[in-house]
Amino acid sequence: METLLPILAAHPFLAGLESKHSQKLAECASLVSFNPGQMVYTEGQTATHFYLIRYGRVALEIHTARRGAITLATVGEGEFLGWSWIVSPHRWHIDARALELTRAIALDFSCVLRYCEADHDLGYEFMKRFAVVLAQSLRFLKLQLVDVYGV
Amino acid sequence: MVSNAPAHRPQAAGLPTPMLPQPFQIQRVSQETPDTFTLVLQPASGTAPFCFLPGQFNMLYAFGVGEVPISISGDPAHTQILVHTIRAVGTVTKAIQKLKPGRVLGVRGPFGSHWPVAEAAGHDIVIVVGGLGLAPLRPAIYQILAHRAEYGNFELIVGARTPADLLYHKELERWRGRFDFRVHVTVDSASPAWRNNVGVVTTLIPRARFDPWQTAALVCGPGVMMRFTVQELLQRGVKPENIYISMERNMQCGIGLCGHCQLGPYFICKDGPVFAFDQIEKWFALREI
Repeated sequence: METLLPILAAHPFLAGLESKHSQKLAECASLVSFNPGQMVYTEGQTATHFYLIRYGRVALEIHTARRGAITLATVGEGEFLGWSWIVSPHRWHIDARALELTRAIALDFSCVLRYCEADHDLGYEFMKRFAVVLAQSLRFLKLQLVDVYGV
Repeated sequence: MVSNAPAHRPQAAGLPTPMLPQPFQIQRVSQETPDTFTLVLQPASGTAPFCFLPGQFNMLYAFGVGEVPISISGDPAHTQILVHTIRAVGTVTKAIQKLKPGRVLGVRGPFGSHWPVAEAAGHDIVIVVGGLGLAPLRPAIYQILAHRAEYGNFELIVGARTPADLLYHKELERWRGRFDFRVHVTVDSASPAWRNNVGVVTTLIPRARFDPWQTAALVCGPGVMMRFTVQELLQRGVKPENIYISMERNMQCGIGLCGHCQLGPYFICKDGPVFAFDQIEKWFALREI
């Protein structure tokens, strides 16, 4: 457990979190790695974890019958991967595939949720950070829709 | 910190008279993307050096067709040749695209302000380009790399619509192999064979390593891309006066006489095209001017 705390603290998503909160999240955390080409999760699967990327790069893809996999975005070092867990029915709505060797912190969502429910200060802090991730993703996706090189 | 004063606005010093096109011969043509090509030119009349500063542009004249403003995209240290990367989108640029090596173009310039490369010494540098925007910033990159020790962290962020739309492929690969600066490349859409980033160019700004308080940011690309890039840079804490953008307008005379490129109190051809963001902010945000 002790070894995970500095790793959690080093990730931008959790930087500056109070130590009592970090300790709780550390109980929900494990270190994982994915080889190039390995699926992190697949559309339709139950979302049990979300990920804080430490190194590497993951492609978010939608698979289509005619064009195969279409990459929508990539997530890299220091970023947050997977927010489908937050809303019911807790299933992934796209695929995530490692493009290169990727190391991440996996956080068990039911464990995180339990701690957030029990300690609303942690829950509020967590949701504030999560809202930043969501807002940033939406901002980037809207810009992608505009096709900045075509206007 | 980085000066945005008119001091870094050399006039058209490379050629004797700013309104008289000088003949330049095409030495080499290389295709960058399906609609974009690079010309290497040499003075037709001799070997007089062509001096310019990164960010400046020339008026290129396709005889009998017309003139277009095109940024200089070569190395400022190589004064015997003149390099332009051009997208064939209009009558003049399409006419230039048809010219083979040995043919002659008229050149007026260099015109306009420049990227504050020398003035940014001692700072981290972040360059953000989208699409063809890499061309006007390539001279600045050459100059920074030639004096690499004078700068802090150097991050180059390159965006394009697809991998096929990326300019200077081989050069980007060479740069990525260097240890003294980081090159980030992203495209808006790609097949799974693409192993790099996918997402708009602004997604890479939060990942770049620089000290916002000691950073000069140079930005060039389509207007909407620059607008959102500036927002991200401001959000990271880069000072407005340290963000530089290259504006594009209908430049015609190149010396601020005809008024076609007026933007508020500025003539883009003479006062720009490179502006510090705080200098142009009021006009940058205005619609339909």
